[in-house]
Amino acid sequence: MARRDPWQRFAIAVPYAWLLAFFLAPFAIILKISFADPIIAQPPFTPLFDDDGGINVTAANYAFLLTDKLYVVTYLKSVFLAAGATVLCLLLGFPMAYGIARAEARTRNVLLLLIVLPFWISFLLRVYAWMGLMNNYGVINNVLTWAGIIERPIQMLYTDFAIYVGLVYSYLPFMILPLYASLERLDPALVEAAQDLGASPATAFRDVTWPLARPGVIAGSLLVFIPAMGEYVIPYLLGGPASLMIGRVLFDEFFVNNDWPLASAVAILLLVLLVVPIALLQRSRVREIAGDA
Amino acid sequence: MRRRSYFVLSVLAFGYAFLYVPLVSVIVYSFNDSRLATVWGGFSTRWYGELLRNREVLDAAALSLRVAFSTATLATILGTMAGLALARFGRFRGRTLLSGMITSPLVMPEVITGLSLLLLYVSLQQLIGWPEQRGFTTITIAHTTFAMAYVTVIVQSRLAGMDESLEEAAMDLGGRPLRVVFDITLPLIAPAMIAGWLLAFTLSLDDLVIASFVSGPGGSTLPMVIFSKVKLGVTPDINALATIIIVTVSLGVLVAWWATGRSRRPQA
Repeated sequence: MARRDPWQRFAIAVPYAWLLAFFLAPFAIILKISFADPIIAQPPFTPLFDDDGGINVTAANYAFLLTDKLYVVTYLKSVFLAAGATVLCLLLGFPMAYGIARAEARTRNVLLLLIVLPFWISFLLRVYAWMGLMNNYGVINNVLTWAGIIERPIQMLYTDFAIYVGLVYSYLPFMILPLYASLERLDPALVEAAQDLGASPATAFRDVTWPLARPGVIAGSLLVFIPAMGEYVIPYLLGGPASLMIGRVLFDEFFVNNDWPLASAVAILLLVLLVVPIALLQRSRVREIAGDA
Repeated sequence: MRRRSYFVLSVLAFGYAFLYVPLVSVIVYSFNDSRLATVWGGFSTRWYGELLRNREVLDAAALSLRVAFSTATLATILGTMAGLALARFGRFRGRTLLSGMITSPLVMPEVITGLSLLLLYVSLQQLIGWPEQRGFTTITIAHTTFAMAYVTVIVQSRLAGMDESLEEAAMDLGGRPLRVVFDITLPLIAPAMIAGWLLAFTLSLDDLVIASFVSGPGGSTLPMVIFSKVKLGVTPDINALATIIIVTVSLGVLVAWWATGRSRRPQA
């Protein structure tokens, strides 16, 4: 199109301006503040430029984060918990997606609806529901005691176990939907053919099903891992004092310690950790769109 | 499937139980008369009564609904424009940046979005004195920014799957571009816009983390009030609130599913 219509210019300019102002500009600011010193003032950080024209930049926040044991442990722990939850989602989600994809059309629609439905119900309240279940005097402990399986309540709430349950519960649909999308396209005749030619079910799975499902596995895993890394609500409500995750530390650094520069640096480092997974996700999406066309 | 796999069937049963047992348990306990939320003290609807008399909860719910309504409307307008631009306007300068800014908020951790927007508001307040106080406006802007990304993706994928010939025909017959958009394109993508509006509404109503950052004193949304209550443990009136939300949302989704199923069937 050689000459652009005024309406088209308007339709490009408005969302563009909005995103520049409220998405890109905030990043420039967070990056700027992550290089400032905390001071007791309003706002509580040193300005980028002095009154006499000098530039205030310090890498002290980053140096602190990378050497302080608590922060290093927190970053590692977040990666560990998010990766563990991703594997658990895959172990539970793969057979579920497979079962849904192989069901009859009518049943399949109902099963899919039941996977999507929790999406629309408040995330916070769904996490909260687990507090009532995993409490020392909660439903699970009461049922197990009543059945005579345990004698006294097991501590579940405020442990890493509870975080895993919360993460898997909240992000399982993100794993199932992309898996379902790639498994649904898989022709069952391929697996049958492999088995007719003498492949064991395990070999057929390894050589036929798994390679064809891989785009779904990758997309699903990234869709679970990325948001799980920055999670705040789940470690706060279900986790204990030892289950530190970056999202919660960032929140506390900002609201409790009022250290804005350090909180900004925590956010930038979290983003750095997520750059590779996010780039992989974008690439897998681009490939999927290209594959569909 | 030639034979049913008991493994797959039992994992399916376990998975659905895992997804729905917590919801059912909250609903059951919302009718529990006991103040101790985990001890059964007989059937009662008293917590629903207490909930409806709780001013703090009602005010927060009103604010959340106002924010969600404004967010959904703004996000649908901005997201539809962006979706049209990306799917229909061919190449333009800065297209890559626009599509990058659209997809990034989809995967950005909420703590980062929330913190960065708050820092923007604080800087703006120093520079130009706006926003004077944080609340309805600042939350709506923050929610619109991430919700419009979802609307754009929905609209864009609907446009990508749609034949351009109707719009081209209207143009060839001398329709002005803006008229063509209003008379042809928008009616065709209306289902995507409605879906986007509903999704934006839900996302806004659901958000705790971003609102906690960009809201000010006195501007508590419903999730913020819920969070401050449940931080301390299980409370029966939140069970009642959760039940109301679960039942309302499920009915809404079921009606929508049934309606779209009916409208689709004759064509199939």
